[in-house]
Amino acid sequence: MDFETTKAQRAAASTKIVIAGGFGVGKSTLVGAVSEIDPLRTEALVTNESEGVDDLAAVPTKATTTVAMDFGRLTLAEDLVLYLFGTPGQRRFWFMWDDLCRGAIGAIVLVDVARLDESFSPLDYFESKGIPFIVAVNEFDGVPRYPAEEIAAALALPADVPIISLDARDREQAKGALVKITEYSLMRLRESLTVNAN
Amino acid sequence: MTPPHEPEDEGAYRPRLIRSYTITAGRTATSVDLAMEATLRLQAGAEAPVLSPSAAQVLEVCDRRSVAEVSALTKMPIGVTRVLLGDLIEQGLIRIQATITDKSSTDERLELIERTLRGLRNY
Repeated sequence: MDFETTKAQRAAASTKIVIAGGFGVGKSTLVGAVSEIDPLRTEALVTNESEGVDDLAAVPTKATTTVAMDFGRLTLAEDLVLYLFGTPGQRRFWFMWDDLCRGAIGAIVLVDVARLDESFSPLDYFESKGIPFIVAVNEFDGVPRYPAEEIAAALALPADVPIISLDARDREQAKGALVKITEYSLMRLRESLTVNAN
Repeated sequence: MTPPHEPEDEGAYRPRLIRSYTITAGRTATSVDLAMEATLRLQAGAEAPVLSPSAAQVLEVCDRRSVAEVSALTKMPIGVTRVLLGDLIEQGLIRIQATITDKSSTDERLELIERTLRGLRNY
């Protein structure tokens, strides 16, 4: 009995997946498509002098600004909640990414094929941090469709990174992307065990 | 004798940048590690002391919600929310539920990702 209680309290009660990508690529749309609540917004204070690090160091005399992050929530089981956090777009807010990505299952990088270059920075970030990520091409109506191999080549993606296309407004497709990154993260973790065992 | 300075009350009538700074009495960090997605639970039977309006507001909304949700619902910046939640935890009024951290074992990670996958497939 006591053991069960302890074990239940040690098991994670919540987790998160990060949704990244350029401005206007559909991050909030994807979050809204699957979230059980209307997406919420949280803010952090940023001091312009230091570009952040400590959002409370905002003494009144310093110039400050706020960075907003939208997020949604999915109750997956009685004892498990999944949060989806959209990353703040601009490069100068990247210090927030470390906070958002700490402990995350992985990230979905949403890509607009008309503006591929906007996804370079997020891809670099997740690669350098060793955070599992997948690429999801958001196909708006009327946008020309390219084969996945061409997009993967244009983004210089590592060979094993999954690439999918979706309509971020569609609940089932958005859910499919969440399943995909979770499967990929699981596979990566199992692979790391095999490598260590050898 | 009243204290010359009541940060909590005074803060409410000022722009938020000042208020943010004063409601935490200038503190910027907590001794508790609070991930954005970490969820809080009210501690059964805990007797609430007199709290500042901001802390009371946080206590009011935090049960079964994450640090990020508390920040959004109280419209307080994430850093301020963390300080206030840290205080409530130290006072024994709430507890933080587990999340995956840098210290988590591989088994704990595997267990969580597998549970997430099961939950997502049935969602």
